[in-house]
Amino acid sequence: MKLHKKDNFSRRNFLKTSVLAGGGMLIGFNLLTACKLEAKMPVDIANLNFNDFNAFIKISQEGYVTIFSPNPEIGQGVKTSMPMLIAEELDVEWKNVTVAQGVLDTNNYTRQVAGGSQSIRFGWDALRQTGATAKQMLVNAAAVKWNVAASTLKASKGIITNQNGETLGYGEVVTAAALLEVPENITLKEVKEFTIIGQEIVNVDIDKIITGKPLFGLDYKAEGMVIATVLRPPSFGQKLISFDASEAKKVKGVIDVITIGDKVRKYAEAGKNNWTVKLSKSDKVVVIAANTWAAIKGKKALAAVWENEGQLESTEDHEKALMDILEGKNLNTNREDGAVENAFSTADKVIEKTYHSPFLPHNCMEPMNFYANVTAAKIHLVGPVQTPEYAAKVVADLLEFDLDKIHLEMTRMGGGFGRRLYGDFVYEAAEISNLIKKPVKLVSTREDDMTAGIYKPAVKYRIKAALKDGKVTGYHLIEAAVGSNMYGSIPNFFPAGCIPNYKVQTGNYKSNITTGAWRAPYTNFLAFAEQSFFDELAIELNIDAIQLRLDLLQNVKNTTDDRIEYSGQRMEDTIKLVREKAGWGKTKAGVYQGFSAYYSHNTHVAEVADIEIKDGLPIIKKVTVAVDCGIVVNPTGARNQVEGGVLDGIGHAMYGDFSFKDGQPSDSNFDGYRLIRMNETPKVEVHFVQNNNSPTGLGEPGLPPAGGAVANAMNAAFGKRIYRQPFIKELNKSSILG
Amino acid sequence: MPNYTLNINGKKVAVSADEDTPLLWVLRDELDLVGTKFGCGIAQCGACTVHVNGIATRSCQMQVSILEDVKITTIEGLSKDGKHPVQEAWKEIDVPQCGYCQTGQIMTASAFLAENKRPSGEEIREAMKGNICRCASYNRIEKAVLVASEKMS
Repeated sequence: MKLHKKDNFSRRNFLKTSVLAGGGMLIGFNLLTACKLEAKMPVDIANLNFNDFNAFIKISQEGYVTIFSPNPEIGQGVKTSMPMLIAEELDVEWKNVTVAQGVLDTNNYTRQVAGGSQSIRFGWDALRQTGATAKQMLVNAAAVKWNVAASTLKASKGIITNQNGETLGYGEVVTAAALLEVPENITLKEVKEFTIIGQEIVNVDIDKIITGKPLFGLDYKAEGMVIATVLRPPSFGQKLISFDASEAKKVKGVIDVITIGDKVRKYAEAGKNNWTVKLSKSDKVVVIAANTWAAIKGKKALAAVWENEGQLESTEDHEKALMDILEGKNLNTNREDGAVENAFSTADKVIEKTYHSPFLPHNCMEPMNFYANVTAAKIHLVGPVQTPEYAAKVVADLLEFDLDKIHLEMTRMGGGFGRRLYGDFVYEAAEISNLIKKPVKLVSTREDDMTAGIYKPAVKYRIKAALKDGKVTGYHLIEAAVGSNMYGSIPNFFPAGCIPNYKVQTGNYKSNITTGAWRAPYTNFLAFAEQSFFDELAIELNIDAIQLRLDLLQNVKNTTDDRIEYSGQRMEDTIKLVREKAGWGKTKAGVYQGFSAYYSHNTHVAEVADIEIKDGLPIIKKVTVAVDCGIVVNPTGARNQVEGGVLDGIGHAMYGDFSFKDGQPSDSNFDGYRLIRMNETPKVEVHFVQNNNSPTGLGEPGLPPAGGAVANAMNAAFGKRIYRQPFIKELNKSSILG
Repeated sequence: MPNYTLNINGKKVAVSADEDTPLLWVLRDELDLVGTKFGCGIAQCGACTVHVNGIATRSCQMQVSILEDVKITTIEGLSKDGKHPVQEAWKEIDVPQCGYCQTGQIMTASAFLAENKRPSGEEIREAMKGNICRCASYNRIEKAVLVASEKMS
């Protein structure tokens, strides 16, 4: 198998085994790291030791396989696709495999983060090697039993066969296998030998989801648990002065009203720094109640006095500050190739456009919540968080507690989109439980969730191109963002390497409004700006929009620049696939198409949006998508991610609007804040580029190109260029929507 | 606190709750029926949808005190074994991503199909527009409602 150069990860392939007390074999292993030499394997399923191992496989004497998969599930399907990789190499029938959510004891965890669309990419080798190693041990045990060489045996679908045609089920040799040496130098299957990878495997939690079983953090209950709601400053830049809880305490079911904030201030003042901590240093008022309704009513009945401690910022302030940055104030140069100034001064024509996007809340359907039970002996935390090991470490720091005595269990998450990378709700829950000495579940209302968010920052781009002799000779992009800027290899994405004179600069405006990662951070809007811009350039140069991209990509195909990780060839193949599948340029009268392509999270994606005009209004009818994510592990799950990513991208580009007035968010619930709904959605048709490259991310890459494809189709339909999100406001301003 | 007798999933159940408590929180906190989800609290998202006398209803807006004489069905009572045609269709199409909104989607779809056995695509899109799916699994929800309607006829 050919591996993409950036997909090689070194891993010392250690796993350990034990014979279970109740019978069967247990295999413990770690993703990406070796097990500790002294690590002891448990012999009882009730006591799985997730300090030393981060996943386990149990093979019962009946041949059934249980995989304890600890990776957080936020809807991206890894709870199904990661065990598929183990089952493939272990060579068992999928119907005999059960997947259980692993409990997290955070001490020695690696890559238990759901973010950046990297779970499958990182797990690809490690999980398959683990399955293959276990299979070899079972075969070796059978070889001992039959007194033959292991190389003479074959194993498939949980059955080992010798040359006489005799068979042994995995379950019959598990006890012997568990006592054998762990073999080295395991050979993995060829792609053509796969029987599970590439099959359509339905979400492993489907039965629980469709029957409403408790799965999510908000569903969690424990003996003696109380509910907490938290009143936070209504505006960013404010802090609590005083409060009156007399009315709140009259609400039936309200137990107490307290404040929290000391622990966080102490943490911050100690200069501690953990990127998951984004908490206001203000005191917050906490209502403790016997049930959720009382906690919600109690919070509404509180009267609090707030004082300004910082600037109360408004969207107009950000508009001005970001425009100043685009004018060249305090810019950082992220990448510069060739002679950019010269390209512009010698150009036949210079095109310059500016693109605008608002803040966006994440709006996970399951509002932020967490359970905490802090006692003198230990801390028990349960709930939905994308960064469990960070969360446990911060709680240890906040409460000055021994990390080994913190036990964090992950639940299924009702969406993440980046919001649950930040553990503010975990830290608050722990601080509350520590004060009241009771098990507590912190519950956010939708209003709490939307108004005390960690938002996608407002971002603007100014892009300038130099055109000479019918070619793009210079490119200069400036990013102005609230909070922080594009990171990592983003400045080296397309069109880096395609245009000889190229510069990316960034500048940011420090705000007291908390901002952070939002599905496909930065690229979620950068792709719209850039791909709209290239559409405009194609028209200016009188070249087909797709052909312009293909022409440019030729320049990066033989690049020796190690910073460039996207592939000119793979992008070209992806674009050609969408061109064919969408019938680009061959549509019937009244259908207008827009094209967009983008590489992110190691995956190449190209999209074509079809718009029709009905009664003078644009209807987005269809989006055709081509994706190169390498080998598709689970096609149904993979298509689901791309379909959702495209509709999410369109929904937020069309409708997502969020602003601030004197530090206060413009909207607090779905009556004012508009999310895309079914009657507004196009059909999304997904096609995968067939190749044998290692799998890459899928949770995010479908989203970035979607807005650009739609905006370019709008231009094709109406001759109206959209430079600002949400599109609906721009369309309303022009005469398009009457 | 006052006591109420509710008819939920074909059983009489006694609950003790403040009179303005929404059915949503009675189900979730008092009766451990957590399949009905909290999403917005203002009837905008549909995550808390249940059937009241067969009609899809937002349980976050129904006060417990007015519900003594009605039949309430939650996702836990939609079918005995998770095999209502709508649930089967959801499984066949592999609809969920995060899964949080799906019980509400299923309750809206099942009430709709009980009234309109062979809906058109446009009717499905209109009927389901009150339920938000933040993962935007809308294409699959739409398809699953259609598949369910075929199973039911």
